[in-house]
Amino acid sequence: MTAGTVTRGRSTGTVIRGRSTGAVRGRPLLRTSYAAEQAIWNTPAKRAWTLALVVAVLALPFFLSRDLTSLMTTVFIMAIAGIGLNLVTGYAGQVSLGHAFFMGLGAYTAAVFGGAGDDELVGLGLDMAVWLPMAGVVPALVGLVVAPLAARVRGLYLAILTLGLVFIGEHVFKEARSITGGVGVGRAPAEPVLFGLDLRARYHVFGYILSREAVFYFVCFAIFVVMAMAARNLVRSKPGRAFAAVRDRDVAAALMGVSLRRTKTLAFTISSFYAGVAGALLVVVIGRVTPTSWDLFLSIDLLAVILIGGIATISGSILGAAFVVLTPRLVSELADVVPFISTSPSSGFLSVFQLQTMLFGALIVLFLVLEPRGLYGLWVRVRNYWKAWPFSY
Amino acid sequence: MTELISSGLVRGMGIGSTYALLAVGFVIIYRATGVINFAQPALMILGAYATSVFATGVGMPFPVAVLAAMAVLAAVGMATERVALRPMVGRQPFAAAMVTVGVLTVLFVVAHRLIGTQVRTVGDPWGLERASLFGVSVAQVDLAKIVVSLVAIGAVGLFLARSRLGLAMRATSMDQEVALAQGVNVGRMFSLAWGISAALAALAGMLVGTSAGGFEAITALVALKALPVIIVGGLDSIKGAVYAGLLIGIAEALTRTYQPRYAEWLGANVDVVVPYVIMIVVLAFRPYGLFGTREVERV
Repeated sequence: MTAGTVTRGRSTGTVIRGRSTGAVRGRPLLRTSYAAEQAIWNTPAKRAWTLALVVAVLALPFFLSRDLTSLMTTVFIMAIAGIGLNLVTGYAGQVSLGHAFFMGLGAYTAAVFGGAGDDELVGLGLDMAVWLPMAGVVPALVGLVVAPLAARVRGLYLAILTLGLVFIGEHVFKEARSITGGVGVGRAPAEPVLFGLDLRARYHVFGYILSREAVFYFVCFAIFVVMAMAARNLVRSKPGRAFAAVRDRDVAAALMGVSLRRTKTLAFTISSFYAGVAGALLVVVIGRVTPTSWDLFLSIDLLAVILIGGIATISGSILGAAFVVLTPRLVSELADVVPFISTSPSSGFLSVFQLQTMLFGALIVLFLVLEPRGLYGLWVRVRNYWKAWPFSY
Repeated sequence: MTELISSGLVRGMGIGSTYALLAVGFVIIYRATGVINFAQPALMILGAYATSVFATGVGMPFPVAVLAAMAVLAAVGMATERVALRPMVGRQPFAAAMVTVGVLTVLFVVAHRLIGTQVRTVGDPWGLERASLFGVSVAQVDLAKIVVSLVAIGAVGLFLARSRLGLAMRATSMDQEVALAQGVNVGRMFSLAWGISAALAALAGMLVGTSAGGFEAITALVALKALPVIIVGGLDSIKGAVYAGLLIGIAEALTRTYQPRYAEWLGANVDVVVPYVIMIVVLAFRPYGLFGTREVERV
C-alpha cells in the first residue's frame, strides 16, 4: 500500500519534471502540458543548436573584417524591423507598407535626443540609454494615433493607407529641416554613448582589440536578442493569440470577444516601436542619411524580409533579414566573376544594384508562388526530411 | 479668374483624367481578380517608353505609335498575369498583391535599364501650344489629356456594358465559380483584364510623358497617385475612379498654383502629398471610399 503510493508519487514526479523540461526523458516529442508544447525551445535539439548559433554569432566579429561585421550588424537591425513588421502583417494580418516611415521617425527621434545640436539642428546630446527607448516610444505613439484610422479599414485599403503614410512622412521629413537636415544634406545620427561608455572607441578585451564595428555589433546583437525574445513571447501569449484570431477571421474573433480595435491598435503600436528602434540603430551603422532614404523601396525591402523569410515566424524574419542584407553583398562579390554584371550603372548588361533589386522582386514572386512559408518553410521541409531519414517519403 | 481656369481647373482635369485612366486600370484588375496591381507604375512607364520608341525612334505616325505601344503593353500585362498571378488564384488577396509588388520591382529595373538616365520625350503633337477655350488660353495638351482619357474610359465602359466579352468579365467579377459554370473561360477573363489594364496604363504613360520636361524612369512613381484615387473612389467602382481622379487632379493643380502664395509654410511640392491627405480624410469617414461597395461578411 505504502509502496504503491510511493510509486504513484514518483510517476507524478516524472510528469512534473517532464513539464519543467518540456519533455519526458528519452521521448523528446511527447509533451504532457500546453506550456511544454508552447515552449520556445521545445526540443533538446533546438536548445543545443540555438546555443551553438549564439556562440558562433558571438565569435564572428573576431574572424570577420570590419565591413563584414557592420554588414552583420545590419542583419540584426533589419531583423528587428522585420520582426516588427511580421507582428503587424504576419501575425495580426494587417498589411503595412508604411514601415519605412516609422523607421525614419525612430531615426530622427534618436538624432534629436542623442545627436549633437547646433544653431541649425535640434539635438539634445543625451545618452543612448535615453535615445534608444525614445526612438521606439515616439513612433509607437504615432502608431497609436494612426491605429484607430487603420483599424477602421481592412485588407488592401489598409495597404494603400499605410503607403500614403510613407509619402506624407517623406514630405514632412524633407520640410522639417531643423530636425532632419533637409534634402541633400541630411544629418549625422545619434551618438552611440551607452551609460557613458563611448561605443565608437576601440576596446581591449582579453588581449583582443575590438574595433568600433565589433563593439556596436555586440550591442546590436544584445538588443536584437532581447527584442526577438520579447516578440516570440508576445506571440505565444494572449495578445499573440488575439493577433492570429484577428488575422484568420476577424468576424469570428470579434464574436469570441476579441476586441478588434484594441488588438489592431496594439499590433500597430508594438510594430512601430520595433521599426523605430531599428531605424535609430540603422543610421548609426550607415552614418549620415537624407530624408529621402525612408521611401517606398525601404518598405518593399522590409516586406521582402518577411515574405522571403517567412510570414508569421520570428526565426523566419531573422532568416529573411540575413538574406535581404547579405544577398546584395554576394551579388557585388559575384560581379567580378560573372561577366554580364557590371559595377557601374551605365555599362554592361545589368549593374549590381539593378541585379539585386531585380533578384528581390523575382524572389518575392517565386517564394509567394512556390513556398509561401518562405525560407522558414524550406527549413521546415529540410528538417522534416532528416527527422524521418532514411524513411522520409 | 483666367489663372483659376487655365492652371487650376483645366490643368487639374488634365492630370486628374490621367489618374482616372490609371485608376480604371486598377479597378478592372481588382474587379476581375480581387488583386490590387502594384505593378501598374512600371507598366505605365514602359508604355511611355514604348510610345517614345515607336514615335521618335521608329518614326511611326503618333496615333499608330500609341496604339502599338498599347498593344505591346497589353501583351506584357497578359504575360505577367499568366506567369506570376495565375498560380496565385484562390490564395489570399494580400499574397497576390505582394506578388505584384515583386513584379513592380522587376519591371521597374527593366524600365530603368531601357530608359537609362536621360530624359526622353514621347514625340507628342501637342507640345507647348495653347488653345482658346471660351476666351481663356489653355494648354492644348491638357485638353488632349482630358479628351483621350475620357474617350478611352468611355470605350472600356461601353465594352464592359454592351459586349458579350464584357458581360463575361462582369460575370467573372461577380462570382468566378458561377461564371465558370455558365461556360465563361475565367482564366481568359483574368488575362483580358490584365491586358486592358496594361493598355490603359500605356496610354496614361503616353499622357504623363507629354509633360514639358519629358519623362524618365522615376516618373513611374506618378502612377502611385492612382492608388489614393481608387481608394477615394472605391476599389471596385469605375465611376468612382473617374470622379475621384478628377477631384484629386484638380485639388493637386489648385495646391500647386495657390499653396506657394497662401500657405508657404507647408513647404515645397505639397501637391505631391495632397492626394494622400485627401485619401486619409475620406477613409476616416467612408472606409470603402465614395462609391465603393461595402464588403459583406458571411458568418
